Amino acid sequence: MDLDPVALSRIQFAFTVSFHIIFPAFTIGLAAWLATLEGLHMATGNVLYRRLFAFWLKVFAVAFGMGVVSGIVMAFQFGTNWSELATRTGPIQGPLLAYESFTAFLLEATFFGVLMFGRDRVPRWAYFASTLMVALGTTFSAFWIMANNTWMQVPMAYELTASGDTVPTDWQEILFNDVLWVRFPHMLLGAYLTTAFSVAATGAWYLLRHRHLYAARTMLAMGLGLAAVLTPAQIVIGHFNGEYTAEHQPAKFTAMEGRWQTEQPARLLLLAWPDVEAERNVWELGIPYLGSFVTKGNFSAAEPGIVTVPPDERPPFLIPFYGFRVMVGLGVIMLALAWAGVWLMAKGRLRDPEHLPRWFLWAVFLHFPSGFIAVLAGWFTAEVGRQPWVVQGLLRTADAVTPSLSGEAVLVSLLAYVSVYALIFSAGTFYIYRLLRAGLDEADPEPEPAAPQAPPAAGQGVTPSRPLGAAGGSFQPGAGTSAPRPDTA
Amino acid sequence: MPMDLQHFWGAVLALSILIYVLLDGFDLGVGILFGLNRDEAQRRDMMGSIAPVWDGNETWLIVVGTVLFGAFPVVYSIFLSAFYLPVALLLVALILRGVAFEFRYKTHRGRWIWDFGFVAGSAVASFVQGAAIGAMVAGITVDGRNFAGSPFDWVAPFPLLCGFGLVAGYALLGAAWLVLKTEGELRDWAWHWIPRLMTAVIVFVGLALVGTLIGDFRVVDRWLAQPWLFLLPVLASLAAWQLYRACAKQRSDWHPYALTSVLFLTAYLMLAGSFWPWLVPYDLTLAQAAAPQASLEFLFWGAGVVVLPVILVYTGVVYWVFRGKVAPGQQYH
Repeated sequence: MDLDPVALSRIQFAFTVSFHIIFPAFTIGLAAWLATLEGLHMATGNVLYRRLFAFWLKVFAVAFGMGVVSGIVMAFQFGTNWSELATRTGPIQGPLLAYESFTAFLLEATFFGVLMFGRDRVPRWAYFASTLMVALGTTFSAFWIMANNTWMQVPMAYELTASGDTVPTDWQEILFNDVLWVRFPHMLLGAYLTTAFSVAATGAWYLLRHRHLYAARTMLAMGLGLAAVLTPAQIVIGHFNGEYTAEHQPAKFTAMEGRWQTEQPARLLLLAWPDVEAERNVWELGIPYLGSFVTKGNFSAAEPGIVTVPPDERPPFLIPFYGFRVMVGLGVIMLALAWAGVWLMAKGRLRDPEHLPRWFLWAVFLHFPSGFIAVLAGWFTAEVGRQPWVVQGLLRTADAVTPSLSGEAVLVSLLAYVSVYALIFSAGTFYIYRLLRAGLDEADPEPEPAAPQAPPAAGQGVTPSRPLGAAGGSFQPGAGTSAPRPDTA
Repeated sequence: MPMDLQHFWGAVLALSILIYVLLDGFDLGVGILFGLNRDEAQRRDMMGSIAPVWDGNETWLIVVGTVLFGAFPVVYSIFLSAFYLPVALLLVALILRGVAFEFRYKTHRGRWIWDFGFVAGSAVASFVQGAAIGAMVAGITVDGRNFAGSPFDWVAPFPLLCGFGLVAGYALLGAAWLVLKTEGELRDWAWHWIPRLMTAVIVFVGLALVGTLIGDFRVVDRWLAQPWLFLLPVLASLAAWQLYRACAKQRSDWHPYALTSVLFLTAYLMLAGSFWPWLVPYDLTLAQAAAPQASLEFLFWGAGVVVLPVILVYTGVVYWVFRGKVAPGQQYH
């Protein structure tokens, strides 16, 4: 049996990195959400935020743990499987990843301990500061990863030595170029949207089951409210991502666009059924002129097809093509859901959740995984679209593999990762599901809004809470100890 | 200035490895000892004593890896290719023990799975680290800038001996940590393990010494050329002797961890003294393996002079926040 170490290493990298990104995509946003809740609790004194914090901290702990352990694998795979890449581009990629561990990993890991175990050991401000440090750490981590990956997509500011190693010539350009500063916000917003929809979907789920009505409404309102603002921003930034791709990675761009032949003016394909063998689309649905307009801003520009790229420099066609459509399609659905939600809230329908249309709650609930799928689809588009290069135009994936590596060794490690990840993924998602199903802590009373004019109890300094001004109703301490919960079992 | 930055990053690398060994060493050790204790309440306290800090401790391993990648990329490539299978084993082990901290409290029926993962993961991670050091002492086959050996070079008596030695060593560090952080029966239990583990470490070190002499490693010549190195084993023997005495008297809960740290420090200096200035013994020196000056400078002005001191401060602060004994049964979950 002749096992190909390159193919197996690619499968292993794709598998481990896809598994890993699911968790940061969730925890980057969750860390920010936790910091927001803690800040709101400090500012308003509303016990609801404290309860939401305690609830989501448990979910965060499980997801963060899985992100950490699967992330360690990534830090070593560049050397184990891609040593040629590590040696040759190490002078640029190495420092970027070293910065990640110095500024991000240690920060988030250390203050995560305070978050989990330090509540009664540090002053309140220090606890809040710890939530900020964890959120900052996850954000820094995303920045360095995007800086590193951007350099692999659009290598810049380097010169080559005689042995083919890259030597950095301008770090400022590597860190502050236009490409990175559209890709980093794109990732960050993707993570925030993933979390926003997870939180909103949890709220919708509880509302469907008539549980934790007040907390559920807050989650739904905050999640959809945030998504209503961020989704359009994400679509605009996504467009800029397309522009850099068209400029720097035309091969990837043509595959994303589904364009085989050069067109003038170019259409924008919405859907198609590509036939890779025949190098054409069997069936397609496109809008005339719009392809030229989206890329060049006029209605007559010529847009190159993939046939202009030499065959040995073309990426696989189907994954970037469909990956891009899945991502964009989910983005459009998220926009519709978020805006529909805000419209329903504006009409006051959220004040009495019984009047929220059930189809809408179901739709939000079912979009729990949308953010995750969109992030994965986007990464598949970006990474597969860069093939056959590992560093665009500079180093081919096939030349980057560890020379001494045997296919058998990769097969062994791949099987080990797959089985262990299958075990911890099924257990971890099951435990998160159980946490979500168990719901919020019952220790605190669950205040239900009563008459709108109800004053806060004297001496408690409790401010009526109106999360994002949308949850409606007033907080009345002590009124109604629990929401109707016919299905707590 | 080029020499200075290479040495600076060599020193940061050395410091990171030392911090990793002293910090993650004790929590890996507690994980190994976890398997020897059947009492659920004590197990909870054992895990509770490391739960707030293990994640930060383990992150130093990533720091070591990425400092190598950033400052000495060739070494990063050679080591990780040379230890392809052991590294995969190490990572799988760290995954299993890492998720146990959360997962074991999320289930009753399935707890044994995560407890097994916690113990086996801790032991295997320790073993692999020891075996890798042993294999490095025995020598890695390098051709140019690439590893040129076979994937099973590390499966030899000497590296395996070092692997078992480090399992015993980390367990010793873990027992010392438990004495420091716990009270009552659990602390007594940890006290009684220390001398046994100390003896086990001495046996493995003795066997390793014999192995070094039989194996005729080049390291012997270096020791003969630098006789001051022989002071270190003398110091280590003194620390070991003091540790036995401390166990007999049990006067301060600080003694075992301090003395075990001295033991690890001397062992570490012996290794460093054996190989300095080689990073991949005897193929690449620190200077030959260093990344270009532009990379080292970029790392130096941010990560080196600004972030690293900040890290050391907040790590210290967080350890101070969690100072003192772990209140029995008062942990999270």
